[in-house]
Amino acid sequence: MRRIGVGWWGLLCVVLTEGALFGYLLFSYLYYAVQLDPAWIPIRHPSLRLAVPNTIVLLLSSVCVWWGERGTREGRRGRQLLGIGVGFLLGLAFIGIQLQEWHDKPFSLRSSLYGSLFYTITGFHMAHVVAGVIALAMVFLWSVLGYFDRMRNAPVLIAATYWHFVDAVWLAVFTTLYLTPYLG
Amino acid sequence: MPGVIAERVPRVAASSAVPRDELEKIWQTQPGIAGWLSSVDHKEIGLRYIVTAFAFLLLGGVEALVMRVQLARPDQQLLTPEQYNQLYSTHGMTMIFLYAMPILSGFSNYLWPLILGSRDMAFPRLNALSYWIYLASGLFMYAGFAIGAGPNDGWFNYVPLASRPYNPGMNIDFYALGMIFLGVSTTVGAANFIVTFLRTRAPGMSINRVPILTWGTLTASVANVLVVPSVSLAFCLLWMDRQIGTHFFDVSQGGQALLWQHLFWMFGHPWVYAIVLPAMGMVSDGLPVFCRRPLVGYAPVALSTVATMMLGFGVWVHHMFATGLPNLALSFFSGASIIITVPSAVAVFAWTATIWLGRPVITTAFLYFASMIVLFTIGGVSGFMTASVPVDWQLTDTYFVVAHIHYVLIGINLFPVIGGVYLWFPKMTGRMLDERLGRWNFWTTFIGFNLAFLPMHLTGLRGMPRRIYTYPHEMGWDGLNLITTIGSFLLALGVLLLVINVLTSLRHGVAAGANPWDAGTLEWATPSPPPPYNFRVIPHVASRHPLWESRLKESDERSLIEDGMVLDHGRETAGSTPLDGEPDIILKMPEDSYAPFLLTIAASAGFCGLLLHLWWLAEVGVAGVDVALAVWLWPERRLGQRVEVKHV
Amino acid sequence: MVALTWGMLLIAIGVVIAISLLVLGGVVGRGRHVDIASVPVERGGNGLRWIWIGVGVSSIPLVVALVWTVSVLAAVSAPTGKPAVVIEVTGAQWWWKARYMDRDPARIFTTANEIHIPTGEPVQIRLTSADVIHSFWVPALGGKTDTIPGQTNVTWLQADMAGTYRGQCTEFCGWQHAHMGFLVLAQPPAQFRLWEDAQIKPARPPTSPQEAAGKAAFEFHCGACHTVRGSKAGGSVAPDLTHIESRTTLAAVTLPHMVGTLSGWIADPQAIKPGVHMPVMDISGPELERIRSYLQTLE
Repeated sequence: MRRIGVGWWGLLCVVLTEGALFGYLLFSYLYYAVQLDPAWIPIRHPSLRLAVPNTIVLLLSSVCVWWGERGTREGRRGRQLLGIGVGFLLGLAFIGIQLQEWHDKPFSLRSSLYGSLFYTITGFHMAHVVAGVIALAMVFLWSVLGYFDRMRNAPVLIAATYWHFVDAVWLAVFTTLYLTPYLG
Repeated sequence: MPGVIAERVPRVAASSAVPRDELEKIWQTQPGIAGWLSSVDHKEIGLRYIVTAFAFLLLGGVEALVMRVQLARPDQQLLTPEQYNQLYSTHGMTMIFLYAMPILSGFSNYLWPLILGSRDMAFPRLNALSYWIYLASGLFMYAGFAIGAGPNDGWFNYVPLASRPYNPGMNIDFYALGMIFLGVSTTVGAANFIVTFLRTRAPGMSINRVPILTWGTLTASVANVLVVPSVSLAFCLLWMDRQIGTHFFDVSQGGQALLWQHLFWMFGHPWVYAIVLPAMGMVSDGLPVFCRRPLVGYAPVALSTVATMMLGFGVWVHHMFATGLPNLALSFFSGASIIITVPSAVAVFAWTATIWLGRPVITTAFLYFASMIVLFTIGGVSGFMTASVPVDWQLTDTYFVVAHIHYVLIGINLFPVIGGVYLWFPKMTGRMLDERLGRWNFWTTFIGFNLAFLPMHLTGLRGMPRRIYTYPHEMGWDGLNLITTIGSFLLALGVLLLVINVLTSLRHGVAAGANPWDAGTLEWATPSPPPPYNFRVIPHVASRHPLWESRLKESDERSLIEDGMVLDHGRETAGSTPLDGEPDIILKMPEDSYAPFLLTIAASAGFCGLLLHLWWLAEVGVAGVDVALAVWLWPERRLGQRVEVKHV
Repeated sequence: MVALTWGMLLIAIGVVIAISLLVLGGVVGRGRHVDIASVPVERGGNGLRWIWIGVGVSSIPLVVALVWTVSVLAAVSAPTGKPAVVIEVTGAQWWWKARYMDRDPARIFTTANEIHIPTGEPVQIRLTSADVIHSFWVPALGGKTDTIPGQTNVTWLQADMAGTYRGQCTEFCGWQHAHMGFLVLAQPPAQFRLWEDAQIKPARPPTSPQEAAGKAAFEFHCGACHTVRGSKAGGSVAPDLTHIESRTTLAAVTLPHMVGTLSGWIADPQAIKPGVHMPVMDISGPELERIRSYLQTLE
C-alpha cells in the first residue's frame, strides 16, 4: 500500500481554495447572465470550433498523465516518462490553441462587461494551466534524473492531481461560458 | 514538503535515555540574523505573529482614540473629512485583518504542536512564509496610510465609491493589492493548520481527544480556504476596473454595485466567525484549568463550533438587508441569522456549567475567560436583534451596529486573547505575569470597554449613523458620545497596563515551572519555555487531559509521556491517521531555510510593481517567486522525497 | 414594527440579565483566591443537562422572534393601499433630488432636500442614485433603503401626524456623508396640495431692475449646475432652486435658511462642507448681494 506523507494533503487544500476561486468567478458570470438582457454577450452563441477540440486535448492530456503516474507506482520508468511527457506536450498544445482562440475573438478585456469576464475567467484558468505545465516539466526533469521509484514518487502524484484539477476546472468553465448561452 | 516513508520502525525508550543536547543540536535555530531570517520553528513564528499582531492592535487603538477625540463633542473640526475617513477605514482594516486573525494564528501556531504532542506543524517552511507575507502585506497597506493615501472607503470598500471615478488616488490600490497579498498568507496558514490537524497528532490522540482550540482553528481554517478567494477576487476585479479598464462594476456597462457586496460578504461573514471561533476554543480550554475540571460538553461544544461555521456560510445577505433584495431572500437569510445563535448558546451554557460544576479559582486569566461569557451574550443579542429584517432596517448603519461589532470582537476575541496571554505567558517565557497588576489590567479594560460601548447601543437607537466625521448638536447625541470617548481612553489605559505587565514580567516575573496552573493538557508537560524539539520522546495519549488522568480516574488507560517513540535521525515527527490518531509514518521535517523570506521579498516586489504600474518589476517579482518555489520544492533526499535514503 | 423592535430589545435585555446572573452566581462567593494546585480536579454533576435545558429554553424566544419577524416583514414591505403620491428620489453626493411624479406631465416638478407629503396616506418613494450608494432613512417614519446606481429600489412612507421629520443618508458616500440630511414635512392633504401647486409654478419674473440684475448674475455664475425654472439656469447636477426661499434649511439640512447663512454658503461652501462639489467662486460683495436677493424672491 502506498503511504502518503503530508504533501498531497497540502495539495488538496490548494485544490479546495483554487476550486473555490473558480466558483466565485463563475458565480460572477452567472450573476450577470441571469439578470442582463441576452445581448450582453457580443456573439450570441460563442464559437465552439476551437474550444471543443481544445477540451478534448486537455482531457487527453489528463489521461496521459494519469497513465504515467500509474506507471510510476508500478515502477515502470518508460511509462512514467512517456505519460508525463506527452501530457506536458498536450498541455502546451492547449495553451497554443487557446491563444489562437483569444486572438480571433472580436471583443477584448476592456471592450465590454462580457469581455472583461470572459478574458478574466479564461485567463485565470490559463494561468493555472501554465503553472501545471511547468509542474509537469519539473516532474519530467526529476524523473529523467532518476529521483523516483515505486516507493518514493510523491511529486508525481501531486503534479498529476493538480493537473486533473485544472482539467476539471476547464470543464466547468467551458460549460458555463460556451454551453450555457446555447440554452437560451 | 515533508515526504514519504523511512523504512525503519522507531525504537521506544524512556525520555531520560535520549540525550537532550543531541536533539537540541538537530532542532535549534542558528543565532543572530541568519537564524531570524531562516527559522522554521513554530514557537518562534508564533511569537512573532503575537508580537506583530499586538503592535497592530496598538496602532489601530490609537487610530480609534484620535477618532473619539474628534467625536467627543459635536461639530468639531480637529480632523478633515478625508483624515477621518482614512482613520476609520484603516482602524477597521488593522483590527479585523492585521490583528484579529493573526493573533489567533500566533497562539495556534505556538500551541498546536505542543498540545497535539508533535514537534512542529506539518509544513514548517510554509509556516514561516505565512508570517513573512503577513508582515510584508501589513507594511504594504500601511505604506499607503503613511503617505496620506490610506484606504478611505471603509474596510468593506463598497463600489462605486471605491471605483476610479470617485476615488482617483492610490488609496484603494494600496488596499486592494495589499489584501490580495495578505490573502496568500491567510490561505497557506490555513492549509498548514488543516493538514497538521489531520496528520501530525501524537499517537493515541483520536479526533475526540484534541483540545477545543484545535477545533476552533481547524474550523476557521477550512472556512478561510473556501472564502478568502472570494474577497481576493473582489479586490482583483476592482483593481482591474481601476487600473486596467475592465467593467466588472461599471454601471454604465451593465455592471452592478451589488456584485461587490455579495463577493465581499460571502467572505466577510465567515471571516468574522473565523476570528472568534479559535478564541472561543481558548476559553473552552482555559476555563477548565481554573475551574479544576474538564469542560462540560466537549462533544456538543466541538460540534457547535463546526455548526456555527457551516451556518455562517449561509447568512451573508444580512449585511445587505437594505439594498432592495426580494422579500423571500430576506426572510431566508433573516431566519438563518436568528438560528445561528443556537450553537453559540451551546458554548455559553457549556462554559457556565463548567464554572458552576467546578471549583473556580480566581486569577486574572479566569476573570477574562468568565467575563467574556457576558460580553459574548451582549454581542450575541444585539446581533440577534439586527438579524430581524424590519428591526435591521432601523438599526443597520447606525452606532447600534458599531456597539454590536465591538462587543463581539473585543468580547469574543480580545478578552479571550488577554486571558490566553495570562494563561500561556508562563509557558512561553518561563515567567509568571504579575497578578496584582493583572487585576488592575482586567478591571480597567472591563470597565473602560463597557463604559465606551454599552451606551453606544442607545446612540444607535437614537439614530446616529456610522462613518460620519462629525454630528450636529441638535440631534442630542452629545452626552453619549462624550461618555464613549471617556470609556475608550479608559480601555486604552487598561491595554497599556497589559503591555506594562508583559514588559516588566519578562525581566522580573516570578519563575514559572513546567505546569504552574496544574493544568491537564500536553503543553504543560514540557519545560517553560519548551526546548526547540518540544518533546524528547513522542508521547502516547489516552485521554483529553493526559496530566489529569490519575485524578479523574475515568479509565484504566494512561497516557505515556516519559516513554515513547524516539525520533532522532534528523528532524522528525510522527504522522498519524486523521480519525484515530494511529501512528503510520515518520515525517521528515525540513531544516531552516531562507526560501520563505526570499519568496516574500520577490512577491513584495511584484505587488509594488503592480501598484506603481512598473510592469517589468511585477514580472521580476513573478520570476523571483518561481525561482524560490523551485528551490523550495526541489526533492530532497533528507526529506525522503527522492530515492537513496540511508537506511537505519 | 416598533413593537417588534421593543419586543426583541426586551428579549435581548432579558437574556443578558439571565446569563449575567448565572455567570456572576457561579463566580461570586464560589470563586476562591487560593493556590491552584491545592484545589482538587474532579468532574462532577450532570453538565450536559445544563446545555440541553439552556439551549432549549433560549430557543423559544428565537422561534417567537423568527415568526414575528417574517410576519412584520410582510406587513411593512408594502403599503395597504394605492400610493397617494409617487416621488422619485435620487441620492447624489451630498444632496437629495426629489421629483414628484404625476399622470399629468404638466404637474411633474423637481425640488431638493425638503420633501412634503400628505398626512394619513401612503407615499411611494422610488429610489436611485446619481453616483455612489447612498441610503434614504427617516428614522421616525420607517426603515432605511439604499439608493444604488443602475437600479431602482421602491420604499414607502406614511405619516399619520403632521410635522417635520428629519432624514439622513445612512450609507457612507464620501467626504460629506455626515452632512447629507433631508426633511420630510407631513401636512394635511389640503395644505399639501397648495404646496404642490406652488412648487409646480415656475419662478416669478423679476419685478425690478435690481432683481433682473440678480437673475442675470445667478444665471451666469450658477446656471451651469443649478436649475431655476423660468430662468436660463438649467444645470442638473445640483439642487433645483426654483422655490428655494420656501425651504427652511440649506445644504441638505446642514444650515438653517437665513440671510447670513445663505450668503456664507454662496461665498464659501468649502468652509462649511469641505469637499462638497460646489466650488468656491470669486464673487464680489455686491455681486453676491445681487444673487442672494434674487434667491430670496424664489418663494
